[in-house]
Amino acid sequence: MSALTFLIVAVIKIAVTLGVLLTVVAYTVWLERKVVGRMQNRWGPSRVGPFGLLQPLADGIKFLLKEDLTPPYVEKNIYLLAPGLSLIMALTSIALVPIGPVIHLFGISTPVQITGVVNAAGQPSDINVGILIVLGITSLGVYGIALAGWSSNSKYSLLGSLRASAQMVSYEVSLGLSLVGVLLMSSTLSLSGIVHAQLGTWFGFIPQWFIFRGQFVAFFIYMMAAFAETNRIPFDLPEAETELVAGYHTEYSAMKFAMFFMAEYANMVTVACIASVMFLGGWSGPSLPFLPVAVQAFLPLLWFSSKIFFFLFLYIWIRGTLPRFRYDQLMAFGWKFLFPLALANVVVTAFFVAIRA
Amino acid sequence: MHQFLFLLFGAFCVGGAINLLIQRKTINSALSLIVVMGSLALIYLLLGAEFVAIVQVIIYAGAIMVLYIFVIMLLNAGQEEDAKGSNVAKIFGIPGLFAGGMIGIWVLLQHRPEEKLIPIGALYGPADKVGMMLFTKYLLAFEVTSILVLIAIMGAVVLARRSNS
Repeated sequence: MSALTFLIVAVIKIAVTLGVLLTVVAYTVWLERKVVGRMQNRWGPSRVGPFGLLQPLADGIKFLLKEDLTPPYVEKNIYLLAPGLSLIMALTSIALVPIGPVIHLFGISTPVQITGVVNAAGQPSDINVGILIVLGITSLGVYGIALAGWSSNSKYSLLGSLRASAQMVSYEVSLGLSLVGVLLMSSTLSLSGIVHAQLGTWFGFIPQWFIFRGQFVAFFIYMMAAFAETNRIPFDLPEAETELVAGYHTEYSAMKFAMFFMAEYANMVTVACIASVMFLGGWSGPSLPFLPVAVQAFLPLLWFSSKIFFFLFLYIWIRGTLPRFRYDQLMAFGWKFLFPLALANVVVTAFFVAIRA
Repeated sequence: MHQFLFLLFGAFCVGGAINLLIQRKTINSALSLIVVMGSLALIYLLLGAEFVAIVQVIIYAGAIMVLYIFVIMLLNAGQEEDAKGSNVAKIFGIPGLFAGGMIGIWVLLQHRPEEKLIPIGALYGPADKVGMMLFTKYLLAFEVTSILVLIAIMGAVVLARRSNS
């Protein structure tokens, strides 16, 4: 593949992935309002377009056209930097996620993954420390929230961002440790390598995903830590509206608020992507040989997106079900329950991997 | 290309370090330090040490600096106070810096291995090779460091306990 072809393919992949991601983000908001509405016995958005489907568009126009206020006494530079930082960190990590297998189009083979390439042997390969880069970007995402709260010069914002940074730093530990078991079993740090370690089935129909290979405890630790990382209910103390108005983004309006909002939902999508890649086999799934060949080509993308949908629905479902933690409960849960459990999972998995080796 | 990127990130690194010193607001200094850490990680990446590079980002930029910012936010540290400065620093500051830098460059020039760029992949980049080195050749240093970290953790617990009771 020449340098020019590589560049063109990369730009196309980035444009398509970013477009799809932003659409998914917009429609997750719609889905959330719709599903939570039904759970609370009301309709949710229903006026703009059929089933309220154009609501995200209307919201976007509203955010763009609203007056963009900057309160006095804020730290101007950092105040402007924070929303951008949040959004960039939230949108970057999707580049590492293997969305599908190698596709062949117009004589070019490339994996459906922004950072993925096909090597000389025709095998897909990507960055060999992929999962660490995702964790690194996640840990940098804290800055957006921390700086937003501090620079707003408001006590609600400061309290919200203090809570958020303490919570994210604490749960990052359990999040990272819950993935170690999977990394031990797949013996690679590359995300496409991890998906390839989960191909194949038992008895022809049970997929060999890591959640079925003893990592289900790790999966639940990951999910709980991920809810805390993305500041979702029941861990949404940083923006607890009954105590803190809106937490770290109280002083933000119009598009700057929308950037925080988009960052939160993009983070949800990324976390769902990583969960399905690490535990649910990414784009792998049962093959359906009775379908026509043209449909079969889209099957991996279908499996991947249905797994993402499952996680997004789970987020909304839990939001409609659970109340918020108290702050000391949150910290005690993270450090005294999740962290030892994740450590125990690492030790047990390492033991079994060593026995089998 | 390689040399250009090295110069670019090197300039970022030095610029961030200088900015760290001259900024009056604590939070700006902390943010400059993050820039320094990030450009150091990119220089490691240029050397082909991708594992060290990403660990640099996770540990320094992602964990340690978050704690710095956290403390700055908690104490709400404002501008640093202007302490008139000492005459010794005023007179000998810049000449001393110049002389120190010259000595540093001279020592480096005496000990440089060869006059060429280090090619990508010359260092132990991938995680498995780094792990192998840590648990065979550098086992003693690794274990001593882990004991040091353990002592630091225990010290932190003791200090936290004392202030509570």
